[in-house]
Amino acid sequence: MNISDLFEEIWLGVSSNKTRSGLTMLGIVIGIASVIAMLAVGEGSKAQIEANIQSIGSNLLMVQPGAQRGAGMTVSSGRGSSQTLTREDATALITLDGVSTASPEINSRQQIVAKGTNTNTSIVGTTPSYVETRNLTVDTGSFFTDAQVTSRAKVAVIGPTTQTDLFGEGVDSIGQKVRIKNMEFTIIGVTKAKGGSGFTNQDDMVFIPISTMSTYFTGNNFVGTITVKAIDQASMATAQTAITNTLLGRHKIADSTLADFSVLNQSDIASAASSATQTFTILLASIAGISLLVGGIGIMNMMLTTVTERTREIGLRQAIGAEKEEIVSQFLGEAILLTVLGGLIGIGLGFTISWGLNIFMGTSTKVAWSSVGLAFGVSAIIGLIFGYYPAKRAANLNPIQALKYE
Amino acid sequence: MIELHNVVKEYTNGKEVARVLKNVSFTISKGEFVAITGPSGSGKSTLMHILGALDIPTSGTYTLDGKDITSLSQEELARIRKSKIGFVFQAFHLLPRATVLRNVTLPLIYAGINREAREARAKQALLAAGLPEDHHLHLTNQLSGGQMQRVAIARALVNDPAIVLADEPTGNLDSKTGDLVLGTFQKLHDEGRTVILITHEPYVAEHAKRVLIIRDGELVEDRRNAHPRRQPESI
Repeated sequence: MNISDLFEEIWLGVSSNKTRSGLTMLGIVIGIASVIAMLAVGEGSKAQIEANIQSIGSNLLMVQPGAQRGAGMTVSSGRGSSQTLTREDATALITLDGVSTASPEINSRQQIVAKGTNTNTSIVGTTPSYVETRNLTVDTGSFFTDAQVTSRAKVAVIGPTTQTDLFGEGVDSIGQKVRIKNMEFTIIGVTKAKGGSGFTNQDDMVFIPISTMSTYFTGNNFVGTITVKAIDQASMATAQTAITNTLLGRHKIADSTLADFSVLNQSDIASAASSATQTFTILLASIAGISLLVGGIGIMNMMLTTVTERTREIGLRQAIGAEKEEIVSQFLGEAILLTVLGGLIGIGLGFTISWGLNIFMGTSTKVAWSSVGLAFGVSAIIGLIFGYYPAKRAANLNPIQALKYE
Repeated sequence: MIELHNVVKEYTNGKEVARVLKNVSFTISKGEFVAITGPSGSGKSTLMHILGALDIPTSGTYTLDGKDITSLSQEELARIRKSKIGFVFQAFHLLPRATVLRNVTLPLIYAGINREAREARAKQALLAAGLPEDHHLHLTNQLSGGQMQRVAIARALVNDPAIVLADEPTGNLDSKTGDLVLGTFQKLHDEGRTVILITHEPYVAEHAKRVLIIRDGELVEDRRNAHPRRQPESI
């Protein structure tokens, strides 16, 4: 039998019962589409997290206070809970090997009130070096100066989103007064929109001098985080070591395992975030995988029915000289055609679903080509596996009995 | 051409051995028109299966067209059927929802003949079986019983087999249509084909030139029919 004739036989076999073939295929279509869409959701959230981390700025190291630990105590309040870092620590880091700049930060969520409106946003107390550390650009006005930090000036630089929330679209807010915790601040600058969304939207922030924040809000000299910018990617490791050693010295800690701070680099943060999405993606994909398996069982069921129904036809084919291999090829081919066709439609549907999720639900999705290849391969293999038993059964029919089958 | 020598066929069912054919020997030459007849249960179906290379004898030898096919494997038997045997069945066994032409070309598809050649040969076979050209693209489930059996005959002829083996070819037809189909077999015989009819009806057997009668698995009579009943070959 020629290959083209075999394909024709397969096509005629599948197309002779369109409703049934279509319904069987639907199982595979849904399975493949859900695998693709679910992987796209996982991939999309991963990409978004990566983008967020990138938007923070590159070559960054975060120094965070360690867990609070009393002498001999084993109860830990968790990372970042203690207050161990000071502005002086930040200053000491600037001159280290591999370090470009370092900025202390105190973060606090506060209600900010303008004339007639108010919003709740993130207040960051910092120093002018923040502009360089975080790659911030001031759009109108200017950032506060070191002198203003020294004098504990009540000035604020706001993000464009905050400006819109408080004053409306396109209003120049320079010189306007806002109140934070009943204290009046004068707006001296607005940052340029940076984009990015999720947990670190730098467009919705208010920056004030760290001294002002310490004096009026927190009442002590401790800082929340010190963000350090390394000179380049290559000097990250050098900088990290230097920071650790300097802070250990300053805090008079001999054993580095007892450090009251931790230095995280971007890849630490990224891997923590991506391991969370990984788990989530695996969960979604395995649910989708189960539906694919069910689709495969549907194929086997239908092929067994077909073989039984077409027993006489198989008997005839054997009588006119079809060899075992030719019967196997035909029925296996029918199963594979169904799954491959179902797979192709499923890929299309998967793309549509992930596009729809993106457009209508705002979920960020990204269809990875590897998942398309995987889905296609899996559907062909499902056809092969679930089609093999029915095809073998067809080929092993006894022609005499098959011809007499009622 | 066809040579059976002491053919025995036994079926084992558990511990019981049923001997369906007992030492059957006969020879059929090229171009003969033979009817194999006998009551049901006589073993004529089993004999047909062996003649048609669907089954092999338990003992004895069967030579077809100069080739000993007594103890071939299933795969080898399939190849013998492909090249040397044309079957016509009582129940027609046509593919439904497929055209007449496609049904007839099916054996040639398995023989690996290309499309133009097989369609040309199928048309020729259909005309030889008495189905005019305007029916060739009809679907088989639109045909009458007589037309279906003609399609089946054409399919049996298309690979130019050594023997045409017809198993109760008139069993599903009314007597008038049955006569026409018998006429077709006579015409094929006149054209030089070797035709073997398997039937339990003496009336059908009378159309052949030689009648073999099987009873209880044994060949009890081998008679020449000097004046076979003639049927007109028409549609």
